[in-house]
Amino acid sequence: MPITYYITLAIVLFCIGVVGVLTRRNAIIIFMCIELMLNAVNLLLVAFSKMHNGKALATNPTSLAGIDGQLFVFFIMVVAAAEVCVGLSIIVMMYRNTHSVDVNFLNRLKN
Amino acid sequence: MNTIILSAIFGVVMMFTGIFISNRAAYKHVAAIALLVLLVFNIYETHGFVLFNVNADYFLHFEKFGLLFTSICIFSTLVYVLLSGKDIEKAGANTAEAFALIFFVLCGIGIVTSYTNLLMLFVGIEILSIPLYILTGSDKRNLKGNEAALKYFLMGSFSTGIMLMGIALLYGAAGTFAVEHVASAGMLSYLEALGMVLIFVALSFKVSAAPFHFWTPDVYDGAPTVITSFMATVVKVAGFAAFIRLFEGRLGTMGSQTDRLIAIVIILTLAFGNLTAVFQQSVKRMLAYSSIAQAGFMLFALFAVNDVAKEGLLLYAAAYSLATIGIFAVLAKMDDMTFEGFNGLAKSQPLIAALLAIFFLSLAGIPLTAGFFAKYYMLAAIIKTNHYIGLAIIGVLFAAVSVYYYFKVIQAMYFKDGNIVLAPVTNSFKYLLLAVAVIIVFLGVYPNALLSLLYF
Repeated sequence: MPITYYITLAIVLFCIGVVGVLTRRNAIIIFMCIELMLNAVNLLLVAFSKMHNGKALATNPTSLAGIDGQLFVFFIMVVAAAEVCVGLSIIVMMYRNTHSVDVNFLNRLKN
Repeated sequence: MNTIILSAIFGVVMMFTGIFISNRAAYKHVAAIALLVLLVFNIYETHGFVLFNVNADYFLHFEKFGLLFTSICIFSTLVYVLLSGKDIEKAGANTAEAFALIFFVLCGIGIVTSYTNLLMLFVGIEILSIPLYILTGSDKRNLKGNEAALKYFLMGSFSTGIMLMGIALLYGAAGTFAVEHVASAGMLSYLEALGMVLIFVALSFKVSAAPFHFWTPDVYDGAPTVITSFMATVVKVAGFAAFIRLFEGRLGTMGSQTDRLIAIVIILTLAFGNLTAVFQQSVKRMLAYSSIAQAGFMLFALFAVNDVAKEGLLLYAAAYSLATIGIFAVLAKMDDMTFEGFNGLAKSQPLIAALLAIFFLSLAGIPLTAGFFAKYYMLAAIIKTNHYIGLAIIGVLFAAVSVYYYFKVIQAMYFKDGNIVLAPVTNSFKYLLLAVAVIIVFLGVYPNALLSLLYF
């Protein structure tokens, strides 16, 4: 399959994530949308990694080019997991105090 | 490399300190000693002494600019811990962990000042941000703190997502994550241009440049005052180090369109920051807006990327961090954070009022303070590029606007009467504040003391 398909799919997923973050009001759903953005990036990185590897294989059959794209994906996963830890605990802390995860509630700081 | 490894170790040490030492007042001293060790080893590394000889050239490259920048950040943190350590104890129940998180932030700073690889940029920014989300929410019972933490977290991870998309697109075009390769490509393909813009947007989020600044006032206002002090100074300045490393080799090839983009961001940042700060009632919130305005000035370095700009950024980092840490240290001791709260400070605490006045003068960029030379170098850098000189004029105009709101505090301290409510301050606090003011005035008279460290 040509690389454009993967790029398009990843961009579409990413945009769904961005729109979700900007329009939804539930903190957990916003959080899920952020994860969706990260996973769109993962998909794109793996696709590019394969593409660069395929290009390099044509000239050198033992080439390892493009491997760093896949490595990056692991880093993103690890960091995303750490972020989930912190993020969910912040949301839980919020819920304990206000009994709501609605971000519309969050306008005490304005003015 | 010394900083990255040692600060991670010290972070863990601080957590164990929390288990084995029950005296909360001792944590501050342990942290201060550890920071001093960190500072010494980081300065040693500038002279070529490395504790751990790790070959990480593909990921990290340590040179004088980055190391000096890290030294400034560590020194500011040391000053911050010495001045505000007592208030950190009050901010949350887990003091030792708060110090540990500060060390982890420093580890991230060590990475973002010396990365050569986009992977390390991402990892560094995350190591820097994640502890901050926790610190922001460290006062668990405080609703405003919770709200600030959630807002900061959502905005921070959203911008991380955007940055990752940018990195992925750059990788698609270049086939490598190495910064110098990304930087050396001649003509930009669509992927690269889009990728660079996305990374630019994400980093603008982190340093709160307009139009991506909207989270800053809320978060800075809601977080405990001590934590705001750390966020608004050390961490923000580190964001600029990351920024300038990425754009160093890039700008020459990117051409006039990116120049225009950065110029617009600079003007918006200066305008939003300064004009909104004028109308604030609370000094804490005013400082949040002023930090946006100062970010606008630091962005000049990004626009110019020449030697003068790098020197200026170093000086700006030192001047801005030290002055703001000093102001916040006093602010954390006050109950009433409005301008009226400062009424009559000069009568009851003449020394503190005088030192605060020096800090505010430095932020406003009045000669004989470090802030003056910082702004001077930034403007000189812009003029040296020989185009967009209008930017320098706009910068000066907005610097004049900033004088208004900084002087409002000085006016309240000296020319108005009121009953000031200040938590008791020790003599050591006063002397330390005096030392910070002396450093600021010294850098304002003789900035080369700092800049000559870049060349030896």
